[in-house]
Amino acid sequence: MSDSITPDEILDTKGLNCPLPILKAKKALKGMENGKVLELASSDPGAVKDFEAFCRATGNTLLKSWIDDGVYMFLIERVV
Amino acid sequence: MAEVDLGNAKKMTIICTKGTLDWAYPPFILATTAAAMDVEVTMFFTFYGLGLLDKKLNLSVTTLGNSSMRMPMGGMQMAMPNMIGMLPGVTAGTSVMMKNLIKKKGVASIEDLREAAVLSDVRMIGCQMTIDLFEKKTEDMIEGIELGGAATWLESALQSDINLYM
Repeated sequence: MSDSITPDEILDTKGLNCPLPILKAKKALKGMENGKVLELASSDPGAVKDFEAFCRATGNTLLKSWIDDGVYMFLIERVV
Repeated sequence: MAEVDLGNAKKMTIICTKGTLDWAYPPFILATTAAAMDVEVTMFFTFYGLGLLDKKLNLSVTTLGNSSMRMPMGGMQMAMPNMIGMLPGVTAGTSVMMKNLIKKKGVASIEDLREAAVLSDVRMIGCQMTIDLFEKKTEDMIEGIELGGAATWLESALQSDINLYM
């Protein structure tokens, strides 16, 4: 669960494979203001490492990632 | 497509030389992902790769000469008999099989990835020499591409952090 953090936007990419979750996350983040938080769900096991790398490279903050009933969940803070 | 040069942005170029369904994936996956990671991407399409810029794509994959090709079938990895690729209709059949698998597994189509690349300002250069060589018509190709040659790619490659040949 996302503890005290309430996401500003929610994106479901379940069923989509690499690189679609990343592309959709980028699109969503682009439309968000600095400091807003995106919650993303993915069924792709490769997304775990990919979102870590994506956030490191783009400067967005990966606040949290966890597995919820077989679904890979991510909380990403938009950093402009 | 000429964007303002931000100076400190990372850059990547990819030379795309192959136009089959399987080989169309690596360049478009890497180009779109790099663009999503704020990398400025240039793709240079030459020889058989130039067909990837056609408005209407009808990509195919063949078993012929592809001895490492395995397809999942009933929980097994099924080797595709190399020689049957010579028979009429087999390449079309294999291609349909692959496209169905791609759809089923939630993998993006090449059309979708290419559109994502266009939308994220990936610079696409069609090789002028290949157009002349194969008598291709630019009106059959997607909008927003540039035409150029080796020097056009080189200028971009010399400023890039990553240059790939596929």
